[in-house]
Amino acid sequence: MALSSDEASRFADLLKGHSDELTRRWTEIVASNFRGRLSHAELERQMGELQRGFQAAMDGGAGDLDADASGELRGLLSDLSTTRARQGFSANETAVSVYALKEALLGILDGSGEADATTLRDFVAYSAFVDRAALFTFDSYVRVREELISDQAEQLLELSTPVVKLWDGVVAVPLVGTLDSARAQVVMERLLQTLVDTSSPYAIIDITGVPAVDTQVAQHVLKTVVAARLMGAECIISGIRPQIAQTIVALGIEFGDIATKATLADALRHVIKLNSAQPKAR
Amino acid sequence: MERVPVLKIGDILLVSIQIDMEDQVALQLQEDLADRIVATGCHGVIIDISALDIVDSFVGRTLATIASISRVLDAETVVVGMRPAVAITLVELGLSLPGIRTALNVELGMAMLAQDEPEPEPVGGEEEPVATS
Repeated sequence: MALSSDEASRFADLLKGHSDELTRRWTEIVASNFRGRLSHAELERQMGELQRGFQAAMDGGAGDLDADASGELRGLLSDLSTTRARQGFSANETAVSVYALKEALLGILDGSGEADATTLRDFVAYSAFVDRAALFTFDSYVRVREELISDQAEQLLELSTPVVKLWDGVVAVPLVGTLDSARAQVVMERLLQTLVDTSSPYAIIDITGVPAVDTQVAQHVLKTVVAARLMGAECIISGIRPQIAQTIVALGIEFGDIATKATLADALRHVIKLNSAQPKAR
Repeated sequence: MERVPVLKIGDILLVSIQIDMEDQVALQLQEDLADRIVATGCHGVIIDISALDIVDSFVGRTLATIASISRVLDAETVVVGMRPAVAITLVELGLSLPGIRTALNVELGMAMLAQDEPEPEPVGGEEEPVATS
């Protein structure tokens, strides 16, 4: 339901005529929702900007939020939701910032004392427009939050899979946290690439930080070991806690001829012994 | 048809594959290597596949066959320089290339072969024990 050009121009007049009054009421309603988490001055500035955005859209004769004249308003709304999302406000609090305009408008129309059937129809039309604006805000809020979440997931992936050099020709991967397919893939690729880059013939996979080992995790680890073998490097699995050892046996997971050690220290000792048994490459 | 060069370095034949491994190329390499092992009497073969993006099942099998042929001719084969992506693909496909020894690079491959090789007997037999009166 778009605004007719008459309604739009009356809306614009209303916004213009009661500009200060409207901003004041609007800010008050929003501020009561935020309970002092944003300063009054800051809110007043944001609401003032939004109000000018609405006014510009109405002046441009925008019947709808998708219209060209509403471009600036859309920009303001998505800016608002971006800031709110990054500052950690809830979706509710973000949407209320826009919905509050309806209450402020109603207050002004009521106060003018000349309310008739036309005013009512106008108010319903304005409300519909504000609703669409609020929904748009909500959409942008969700989008920004999703971006934040996916960014964080990526950062977590980067952070949690370091490959460290322990000794000459020995690298270690301390696995921390749950090992799902995506992470297992990243760990595998990074480990194999490090083996090539450092030409280390030994790798220790330390699973001390893995909370639980199931068949899937074991499968991922085994694949990594087999791939490393194909490239000519030997993997040792270390950091197997007593409960994990019991789980592994209970599940019937076979590590075959892959060396497993209880601690990283044991694994390193084992590798150094293997390493000294054969002449150095250089 | 393109051919893969076979280089003799000391007691080792070095094969560095720099072209796409088509089936014909692989078969030709298998023949050439057998000939060269017999001709040179080398005891080690190093096949460098670090330039290969793709190792399919045929190439994998050919490599295994080459390893077996060399073993019959008393030469040990080491495949070196497999890329991580190739290794991951082979594992995902369930191909583990049984019977092929691998090393990370040519250097480690040569060290592996040198380790297998027993110390060469000093020419002229054992040294005379120094008589101590």
